[in-house]
Amino acid sequence: MNTYDLVVLGGGSAGLASAIAAYDEGVRSILILERDQELGGILQQCIHNGFGLHMFKEELSGPSYAERFILMLKEKGIEYKLNSMVTHLANDKVIEFVNPIDGYMQIKAKAVILAMGCRERTRGAIAIPGYRPSGIWTAGTAQRYLNMEGFMVGKRVFILGSGDIGLIMARRMTLEGAKVLGVAEIMPYSNGLPRNMKQCLEDFDIPVYLSHTITKIEGLNRVSGVTIAQVDDKMAVIPDTEKHFDVDTILLSIGLIPENTLSDEADIILHSRTRGPIVNESFETNVPGIFACGNVLHVHDLVDFVSAEGKKAGVAASKYIKGELKDGQTFDCVAGKGIGYIVPHKVNVENVGDTIEFMFRVSRAYKKVTLVITKDGEIIKQIKKPHLAPAEMEKLLVKRADLLGCASTLSIEVVEDLV
Amino acid sequence: MTTKEMVCIVCPIGCNLKAELNDQNEVVSVTGNTCARGDVYARKELTNPTRMLTSTIKIKGAIYDRLPVITSSDIPKGKLFDVMQALLNLEVEAPVQNKDIIIKNVCDLGVDIIASRTMEKVNKE
Repeated sequence: MNTYDLVVLGGGSAGLASAIAAYDEGVRSILILERDQELGGILQQCIHNGFGLHMFKEELSGPSYAERFILMLKEKGIEYKLNSMVTHLANDKVIEFVNPIDGYMQIKAKAVILAMGCRERTRGAIAIPGYRPSGIWTAGTAQRYLNMEGFMVGKRVFILGSGDIGLIMARRMTLEGAKVLGVAEIMPYSNGLPRNMKQCLEDFDIPVYLSHTITKIEGLNRVSGVTIAQVDDKMAVIPDTEKHFDVDTILLSIGLIPENTLSDEADIILHSRTRGPIVNESFETNVPGIFACGNVLHVHDLVDFVSAEGKKAGVAASKYIKGELKDGQTFDCVAGKGIGYIVPHKVNVENVGDTIEFMFRVSRAYKKVTLVITKDGEIIKQIKKPHLAPAEMEKLLVKRADLLGCASTLSIEVVEDLV
Repeated sequence: MTTKEMVCIVCPIGCNLKAELNDQNEVVSVTGNTCARGDVYARKELTNPTRMLTSTIKIKGAIYDRLPVITSSDIPKGKLFDVMQALLNLEVEAPVQNKDIIIKNVCDLGVDIIASRTMEKVNKE
């Protein structure tokens, strides 16, 4: 059986950044397994710009951003295999995959980085009533058809969900000549970035229906219409608030789910909220030597942050390979009141440099609140925030010195009455 | 003096900007931005709003049939559909290098349409 020091599952933004970082730390035996016919992952279909402002201080399109990393990878001569579908990952780090050149292969790795990204929630996941005609797509599938394969999926479009991909597709379909009749969002606030609300909807006078959902899809063979209605704060449909639109296409932008089928097979414990692996400060899962980063760990808003996380996981994996990762006491990071989740989920201070970054999302929208960070029940930091929204991932830098002596928990909570 | 509030669209951070305008409708100050681009954006947005445009054109002999393209700089918001029209029946052949100029001075806007990725020539069966 072939062996590698590091095998990276997925050649998208997280996988590329992690492999490059591990190489820069001196690891030379690296293999990336990518199931698509080229590297770059989802970036290749994200032709809009705005990527790379943090990473390269430039605004790039998705494919341009991917190209920078692919070039770096190729310059370093890091090995990768395309069209390679991983069929099994075992907790002893034996990986099985198939591709048209090698056929069926088994390889063993000292360390594995999970970088499989995420997939879109589908219609079945939220059980929309109505027929099952053609013309219902996840926004990302429509995006791939339009931007890579060159097919328009419809002419009159309604979008369910205000996720960023849906908003970006609203603009894209409009520019290509389709009529987008509206976006319905079941929550009372948008789930997309404010800039996308502005430049993708407002710019083209596309209406947003907050606290609305689809109650009926019409059409036997092809979608012919959609009915939406307002919901109350318990998400129950309010009678007599229905609105009807004649459309031939419905795009769903109703959330992303980390793609963890392989993680399950390797007995990796997933978090109920993020639906990605539970990781420590080194992005290591409960299985020693298996790390996770990017959207397979938790869904990000910005690719720049995915790359940054990939880099950290790559550095940590190389430490593991070199036997430099320290065992020891960990404390838990607890999502207090108003916080949806925190990554990493646990921390061993021994492996923390001068600072550690916590990433988290709030569970609802807030205005003028204070974030209170406590260590074993004692307040160590308070940060005022003018606004917080679930659609925007928050980051918090904490000094190692502030964490020393933490015995059981570090918690973050939103406090509304301190201002 | 009037105040206009807006979300900055320059980058995904989306700062909440506040612009103060005097009685002649000139921008006096911009606050809430976390970088210099926010200031420029707010002033432009209130006088001559511009946008970057990204789309795709047909490509032959590459891994996919579409080549992503982008404007070399931002263009007036009202010209987006004119530029889309100019891209309509365009076709190029692989190989194309990232940043290759596809249309020079599109619609006389002083802005080029450039490739936004490299696409090598491939032999498709």
